[in-house]
Amino acid sequence: MIMAAATLAILAVMGMVLARALLGPTVFDRILAVNAFGTLTVILIAVAGFLAGRPEFLDIALLYALINFIGTIAVTKYVVNDFLGERDAEHNWTDL
Amino acid sequence: MTVLLDILTALFVIPGCVLLLIGGYGMIRLTDVFERMHAAGLIDTLGLTLVMVGLMFQGGFTLITFKLFLVIAFVLFTSPVVTHALARAALVANVVPKARRLAPDELMQDGATIDTGNGEITDGGQTGPGGAPSNS
Repeated sequence: MIMAAATLAILAVMGMVLARALLGPTVFDRILAVNAFGTLTVILIAVAGFLAGRPEFLDIALLYALINFIGTIAVTKYVVNDFLGERDAEHNWTDL
Repeated sequence: MTVLLDILTALFVIPGCVLLLIGGYGMIRLTDVFERMHAAGLIDTLGLTLVMVGLMFQGGFTLITFKLFLVIAFVLFTSPVVTHALARAALVANVVPKARRLAPDELMQDGATIDTGNGEITDGGQTGPGGAPSNS
């Protein structure tokens, strides 16, 4: 009962955050929204596991949190620097 | 005992979901990247933590609770890093914050407006009257 209500609330918040990811004027709004969406996915996986009576899905939630962090940092770096590789003659790092 | 644990779960999960809803509403309602980071922080810290602590009461003293604790610890470490990296990236990419006095001077670009603190705002002329970020 609690878990079903929590799942509905999380799904509603995911809708709002996805709206921001689609609308967001700057690319940083979209990155932020996608990061928040990933966090909400972690919560949803955990709650849905307890809702179904099978909390073993938590491994997937943990993995999703890891991938979410790496992905957000990588996309931010790519957007600012226009590339992901090492520093060389034609590509100079922006001082982040 | 089970009823007590269910009540404890509700006591943590329901405020967590309320905070998630407030954060999601803020993601729509607020007007600036930096303001929206504030709303996203609500989701990442207290929303996730309260929901997970509520689930811990259902898990009992098992591996499940430990995994929930790992999720909380990991997100509490990574969420400030992501927010910090994103805020610096936005500042470097010339997104002028609405609350300009919060921006450190060395990060402000030429022509960006700076609130001097005594009510008058110096404008270098780069941004329009609305102060909207010029890049898309």
